[in-house]
Amino acid sequence: MQSSKLDLLQGTLDLMVLKTLAAMGSQHGYGIARRIEQVSGDQVLLNQGTIYASLVRLEQRGWIASSWGVSGNNRKAKFYSITRAGRRQLAEDARYWERLTGVMERVLTMDKDPDEALGESGEPA
Amino acid sequence: MSLRPARRVRAFFVKRRLDAELEAELAAHIELAIEENLERGMSPAEARRIALANLGGMEQAKDKHREARGLMRLDILLQDLKYTFRTLGRDAGFTAVAVLILALGIGANVAVFSVVNTLLLRPLPFPDAQQLVWIAPPPTKCGLSCATYSTDAYDEFRAHSRSYQDVTGYFAFSSAGNLSLSLGSAPIPATSIDVIANFFQVLGVRPAMGRLFTPDDARNGASPVIVLTDAWWRRQFNADPAIVGKAFDMNGQQTTVIGVLPASFDFGAVFSPGAKVDAITPLNLYGPPRDWGNIVTLIGRLKPGVTLAQAREDAAAVAPTMCWNNKRPQSCGSYVHAVVPVPLKDYVSGRLRRSLLLLWSAVGMILLIACVNLSNLLLARATARSKEFAMRAALGARRGRIVSQLLTESLVLSGAGALLGLGLAYALVFWLAHQGAIALPLLSTLRIDGAALAWTLFIAVTAAVLFGLFPGLRISGGNLHEALKDSGPGTGQSRKHERVRSVLVVTEVALACMLLVGAGLLLRSFLSVLKVDLGFQPERAYAIKVDYQDSAVGANGNTPAARLAVVQHRTVFYQQVLGRTAAIPGVEATGISDFLPLGQNRAWGTPWPKGVKLPAALPAGPLVYVVTPGYLRAMGTPLRGRDFTWDDGPNSDSVVIISQSFAHLLATFAHWPGGNAVGQIISNGGQDLRIIGVAADVHEESTEGDAGWQIYYPQTQAGPAGTELIVRSTLPPSALANIVLRTLRELNPNQTAAEFRPVQSFVDHANSPRRFFMVLVSAFAALGLFLAALGIYGVISYSVTRQTQEIGIRMALGATMGRVQRQVLGGTLRLALAGIAVGAVASLAAARLIASLLFATSPWDLATYLGMAVALMAVAGVSGYLPARRASRIDPMVALRAN
Repeated sequence: MQSSKLDLLQGTLDLMVLKTLAAMGSQHGYGIARRIEQVSGDQVLLNQGTIYASLVRLEQRGWIASSWGVSGNNRKAKFYSITRAGRRQLAEDARYWERLTGVMERVLTMDKDPDEALGESGEPA
Repeated sequence: MSLRPARRVRAFFVKRRLDAELEAELAAHIELAIEENLERGMSPAEARRIALANLGGMEQAKDKHREARGLMRLDILLQDLKYTFRTLGRDAGFTAVAVLILALGIGANVAVFSVVNTLLLRPLPFPDAQQLVWIAPPPTKCGLSCATYSTDAYDEFRAHSRSYQDVTGYFAFSSAGNLSLSLGSAPIPATSIDVIANFFQVLGVRPAMGRLFTPDDARNGASPVIVLTDAWWRRQFNADPAIVGKAFDMNGQQTTVIGVLPASFDFGAVFSPGAKVDAITPLNLYGPPRDWGNIVTLIGRLKPGVTLAQAREDAAAVAPTMCWNNKRPQSCGSYVHAVVPVPLKDYVSGRLRRSLLLLWSAVGMILLIACVNLSNLLLARATARSKEFAMRAALGARRGRIVSQLLTESLVLSGAGALLGLGLAYALVFWLAHQGAIALPLLSTLRIDGAALAWTLFIAVTAAVLFGLFPGLRISGGNLHEALKDSGPGTGQSRKHERVRSVLVVTEVALACMLLVGAGLLLRSFLSVLKVDLGFQPERAYAIKVDYQDSAVGANGNTPAARLAVVQHRTVFYQQVLGRTAAIPGVEATGISDFLPLGQNRAWGTPWPKGVKLPAALPAGPLVYVVTPGYLRAMGTPLRGRDFTWDDGPNSDSVVIISQSFAHLLATFAHWPGGNAVGQIISNGGQDLRIIGVAADVHEESTEGDAGWQIYYPQTQAGPAGTELIVRSTLPPSALANIVLRTLRELNPNQTAAEFRPVQSFVDHANSPRRFFMVLVSAFAALGLFLAALGIYGVISYSVTRQTQEIGIRMALGATMGRVQRQVLGGTLRLALAGIAVGAVASLAAARLIASLLFATSPWDLATYLGMAVALMAVAGVSGYLPARRASRIDPMVALRAN
């Protein structure tokens, strides 16, 4: 595998799964995994297997529901869909994530400014 | 969010179904992926490979899934448990021995904890029991009469103390079998205690049925009522649910049953250990007992918040105004310094504290020995398993995982041991609770309760950690390489383990040594107590309570004329009884006394030599026994001077016999010629008494304490309080009992079927607490010795197995069988000697702590220590001999070929 792929931060996979289900409706595990890979432009390093750990976590929390169904090409598969609680959670997590990225953005783009210079000469060690 | 823990637990239990579902889901995933890959134009093999690669490993996916959904720790625990059961099952011999050792150790501990908890830790079985106090003077020579109060004193104390919610008491002189119940046929003897009407209110006891006493029940002229104990109600009245309100003939009076006590109330268990009380009756404080002197014991319930110190101060302030008899002003103030409240709990079981702690330490040591033994066994096993653990470590098991596996094993072992031990403890406790004859308080209330179960859990876990953690850490901490390389017994790691195991054995022997010393000292004390000259010969003497009604001839004997009538009437009857029983073939001597040694007692003031000035501090009076001619001979009490005769009647000189120590005391004050008391006159309360004989000192209160002072009055001149017939005979007890009872029935058809008691049983009863502790500690010492022997055997036997090759080589090089044997045996005895040395030093240091429990035995008694050393060496020798014999039989050829 290429070393340039992104490692997923803790907790981000759950959010991706929720968002995918919110956007696509009912979907099976493989479909969710593929969708995430496609959307990321194959940039994330996703062990497709880890999707299933994420799915069981979300289901136990009541954010998604599952049922067995038949896929487009007539295969029996387990389909997941987001619940109302899941949507609430998604909204909350998305807000949190936006705030975090905003902060990260500002932190990473900051220049050396006067405050910092002051801080240096502030107190004796 | 809150859903999750519950679902995780659920997931743990429906694991199989979830696993199957996951399996199907992953299979579908792979199929979908392969299909898509095929569409992209890959070859089927390539499509499958890529699909699997993208999934990132089937098993990892499953593991992650399980981890997310379930309880990983519980899964691991289950795995460990499964593995543990498998390994333990494979090694059934080891498992059986280990569980048995633990069961013995834990069982002994739980049983003793129950005893300690019942007698010492748990409050008395009354509500707010900490408020209850026992009010009594400090101990004196004059027995119960100096430990009780008059009814006037009780009234004064109750009215003027400010510390109490209420004060009550009971009549201290009720004797066993004082109640005679007539249900048509022969009267049935029973025991009842007279209590002050508020007794149950003060203790906080509620009736199981009916009601308890009210002040009206204790008034003059009140109709007789009785409250039954639960046990008597069941035994005698077949648990009649409609008993309340029924009346029965008791002591010749129609007495109404007003209530039944709850099973939890056992008068004997709390106030007179070892005695059986069947019923409770109200004490009329304002009837005849008014003039009987000191008769009631006092029990008070403190007001909330009042401390013991405040109560003591209060009592000391009230004491000067308390009178022995309000009609005799000079008797006021006689209770100064003699009214001291102590917590009732201390009175009941306080003096057993040390014995109980000793017992507790003994079983603690047993548990330690058991743990050391188990450690040793596990270490031996672990050495054999070190490769298994090394392999697991090499395969990536973390150290914590291996330790937790070993801990699981020890927990399973100790859990099984605890279960079996609980069974043993239950049996032991059941047996102890039904030992009615042991004079220990509260014993009948003994049971395995919640506290005991909690204690079991605690010691099981502690034991598991103690014996499991140590070998666990040693093994898992070992060097991987070395363990894998360690090609066989006899090298590297195992040698290090053997040193550890030797230390463990020495510890074990030292602990067993301390137990043996403790048991030895107690045993010697017990033997010394048995050798005490009691002043009477209990062997072949028997006592039976003779019924006799005085009411026919005169009231309660409260006027001199009535008293005389009673005495004369009795004399005739007693002469008949003694004449008829003495005539039974095989009977050597008979006599009657009102009280018996080691039973109840009373004093009648202090007689003093006539004409000699009373000292400022008059000694407490001698205990009084009112006896017939022949009583002293029947009891086997040696006598100087003459015995009473039937001619010492009401109209002749008043005569007495006094005990040797009392005679000695009087002689030193009176300067009698030659210190000879016989023929001298003493006076008591204005009455002149001629001393006609001096009897040997009798241990009347305890076998171990000092023999007190006694004075014997002839029944023909003084009023007796009861009638105990003593028969000394060579006949077998059962035959004698029948003949004597038949004879008594001929004289008095109303004679109850009273118990025929060997005098020895009074002595046994008095010795029973000491016997109880001695037997238990000895049993524990034997158990400790056995476990230590097992430990020695285990270690030596293992080291012989380990050295098979070495021994084989030495024998091939010419070592004789004897030499090999000597060497193995020598090693064993060295270990034992080291243990004995350590144990002896520890015992010498600890023995001082039990000095107060010993009787006529030094805590550093040489014989005991030597005996202990010999016993341990012998046991070590035997435990070492078996492996030594095996070592000497090793065939060099076989040994060298092995491996």
